[in-house]
Amino acid sequence: MKTICLYFQVHQPWRLKTYRFFNMGVDHNYLDDLSNRAILQKVARQCYLPMNALLLKLIKEQKGRFRCSFSLTGTVVEQFRAYAPEVLESFRELAETGCVEFLAETYSHSLASLASQEDFEEQVKLHTAMVRKEFGMKPTAFRNTELIYSDHIGEMVAQMGFKTILAEGAKHVLGWKSPNYVYANALNQKLHVLLRNYKLSDDIAFRFSNRSWAEWPLTAEKYAGWLADDEMAGEVINLFMDYETFGEHQKADTGIFDFMKALPQQVLATRKLEFATVSEASKKYQPVSVLHCPHEMSWADEERDVTAWLGNELQNEAFSKLYGLKEKVKALNNKDFNYVWNFLQTSDHFYYMATKWLSDGDVHSYFNPYGSSYEAFINYMNVLSDFEIEVDKAYKARQNRRRA
Amino acid sequence: MRVLMFGWEFPPHIAGGLGTACYGMTRGLAHNGVEVIFVMPRAFGDEDQSFVRVVNASDVETQFSSSEVHDEEFWKKMSFIQIDSNMVPYVSPEEFETYREASMKCGHKSWRESDVWKERYTFSGKYGANLMEEVARYAMVAAQVARDLEGQFDVIHAHDWLTYFAGIAAKRISGKPLVVHMHATEFDRSGENINTQTYAIERAGMEAADRVIAVSNLTRNIIITRYGIPAEKVVTVHNAVRFAETESPMPERGVKDKIVTFLGRITYQKGPDYFVEAAAKVLKRVPNVRFVMAGSGDMMNHIIRRVARLGIADRFHFTGFLRGEDVHRMFQLSDVYVMPSVSEPFGISPLEAMRSNVPVIISKQSGVAEVLDYAIKVDYWDVDALSDAIYGLVTYPALSKMFAEKGLHEVTGLKWDNAAAKIRDIYQQVIDEAAARK
Repeated sequence: MKTICLYFQVHQPWRLKTYRFFNMGVDHNYLDDLSNRAILQKVARQCYLPMNALLLKLIKEQKGRFRCSFSLTGTVVEQFRAYAPEVLESFRELAETGCVEFLAETYSHSLASLASQEDFEEQVKLHTAMVRKEFGMKPTAFRNTELIYSDHIGEMVAQMGFKTILAEGAKHVLGWKSPNYVYANALNQKLHVLLRNYKLSDDIAFRFSNRSWAEWPLTAEKYAGWLADDEMAGEVINLFMDYETFGEHQKADTGIFDFMKALPQQVLATRKLEFATVSEASKKYQPVSVLHCPHEMSWADEERDVTAWLGNELQNEAFSKLYGLKEKVKALNNKDFNYVWNFLQTSDHFYYMATKWLSDGDVHSYFNPYGSSYEAFINYMNVLSDFEIEVDKAYKARQNRRRA
Repeated sequence: MRVLMFGWEFPPHIAGGLGTACYGMTRGLAHNGVEVIFVMPRAFGDEDQSFVRVVNASDVETQFSSSEVHDEEFWKKMSFIQIDSNMVPYVSPEEFETYREASMKCGHKSWRESDVWKERYTFSGKYGANLMEEVARYAMVAAQVARDLEGQFDVIHAHDWLTYFAGIAAKRISGKPLVVHMHATEFDRSGENINTQTYAIERAGMEAADRVIAVSNLTRNIIITRYGIPAEKVVTVHNAVRFAETESPMPERGVKDKIVTFLGRITYQKGPDYFVEAAAKVLKRVPNVRFVMAGSGDMMNHIIRRVARLGIADRFHFTGFLRGEDVHRMFQLSDVYVMPSVSEPFGISPLEAMRSNVPVIISKQSGVAEVLDYAIKVDYWDVDALSDAIYGLVTYPALSKMFAEKGLHEVTGLKWDNAAAKIRDIYQQVIDEAAARK
């Protein structure tokens, strides 16, 4: 009996408006409210609402035999609260079925794990509190932003009390090993590592509607056949993907909803497969081996590394200037500053500054609202500079008050 | 006195300082009693037309393909120069010439072209990949304009190499004297690595002209030494600056820090990299300064990377290309203006800065340095001297106050009316000389 572990990532960044030098010191509203609202409501209509309804129906039909896992970033939840509360409500309904697990991650979909342990822990704590408040559960499994993982990150996550972490089944880390088993972190072997089967995950997430793909059209029956195939060794098959795959990246007219509707039944009909949430799968199997991953890997791009966010001097500069503000923001502990501080950390801003267009330029430009990485950098730095001015002002005022 | 003037751009549709200069100059000439017929490709229809008559070159129907023209006589006064062109579907003048020669050799007395190319005949009106072709085509229209306006002008004035063929063509058709105006030389634009085609056109224009106007002595020297134009033929007329009559209110100043501004095209010629290096040096000493680079250009991405690598991106800002009111606003917000040009024939922007009460630092390699006393002058390559000057102006209020006040006084004296009077005198000279020859 093989276990199928479905996990969906739900995230939207707070997009920045065009913020010019002339705005600096005058205008402290950094967000593009119009496009944030328009995009969120569009995705809610095309993806979140119909897909949540479908999953709820499937869970009820299968009476607990169909299970899956989610993680929602803090920034997307903030946007649900503002623009589409009904989506949040439908996630709560899913939570109440007991068949859906919510994972922890960084609150802002941030790169804090690459900045420092302190920043990382703060982000995770914020997120855990949010999950508890919205869905009434305490996460025991963790997924880092963009599945960024290394031995060290795993160790930090274990220290925070998590039992399981998700990571990419990257070829350069696995070598001959299969992603379809549970592994253990190299520094703290109590932490289980579940690895994404990128081939089977991307069959749905990327290739599903590709008509030049030899396997098109992909039916639930065919796909379940691949999963159940005895030739494919393993205990747990991890299918991790963006939730926006359903209805957004793969539009409804590709048949993606029909595929998902039929999948649980087809999978269970093989009698060789079962569904489990991340923590259930992790608990059920013993690690077969330790996974060594001294350098950071992620699920992005051909290289499966972090160069999409921290790969050039623009990104490095923006990153170091951002986290250079940390002490002051923390000392101030002001609600408004914290809010901005959180959304400025979102990894998407750094993704827009990428200059590596060779291997995965298409994916990059799909998600990029800017004309070029340089524009993205200038706009981000303008916002950050204004934020810095305001933080400095408040910080000085605070020091003066303390002296007085 | 009436002048037929060939330009390439005119406000508000401008890519560089040439349009601004042409505008000020034509106004100044009008005040001096000179009528100007300004020819430029593609008039957009919303130019300020009170001082010049704008002839839309695209509207001028060329009659070159008309069978009514006596070809033999016409071609005696016209000649075309073969220029590399990758424009295939359009019949360009060069191709036209080739076809014509070929047909003449075959014994045809006159080779008739259909009207097809007349209909396809339009200018893009912008600097583009097919610039050489535009220049050649522009010359053909110039000939037509000169023919249409026969008896309506006394002298021809052509600005920059783009219009020199046009000027030459008009001179041959009309027999009127030609003045060419060098706003920049190919050496200013490209350093030593010059485009030989452009150089050849500039030189041909100046050789064919009765007088050459240089915007500075710096440019005049280049013209004499690098182009071999006789010194007595080349006259310096410094540019001036035109200010709006109404003072716009001071924009809200959001940032308390001192602001040091670079405003211009971000290209090799303007020396943006020296500005960045100086910024990094100044920021090591004084933290409460911000640097702004306003403009765009082919070196922009390189500069952004350099700023990021120096780790000063939170103190060094980019605005992108600014126009109209934003330019003015930028000057008003500045505490120091820097023009570190590697080679600047004149450089009008420091004057605009001084007008806004901003002390300026300019490179010794700029023409404007010849007319200004109240500006700090440094060698463009001397980053230490540049950072020193910036440091001084942002740190010592007495110094910046002195430069701002005296500078405003100085710049107010630089009027286009005076420059235009000199130009009018030049017109008169060439007209008299032409009359004497007859």
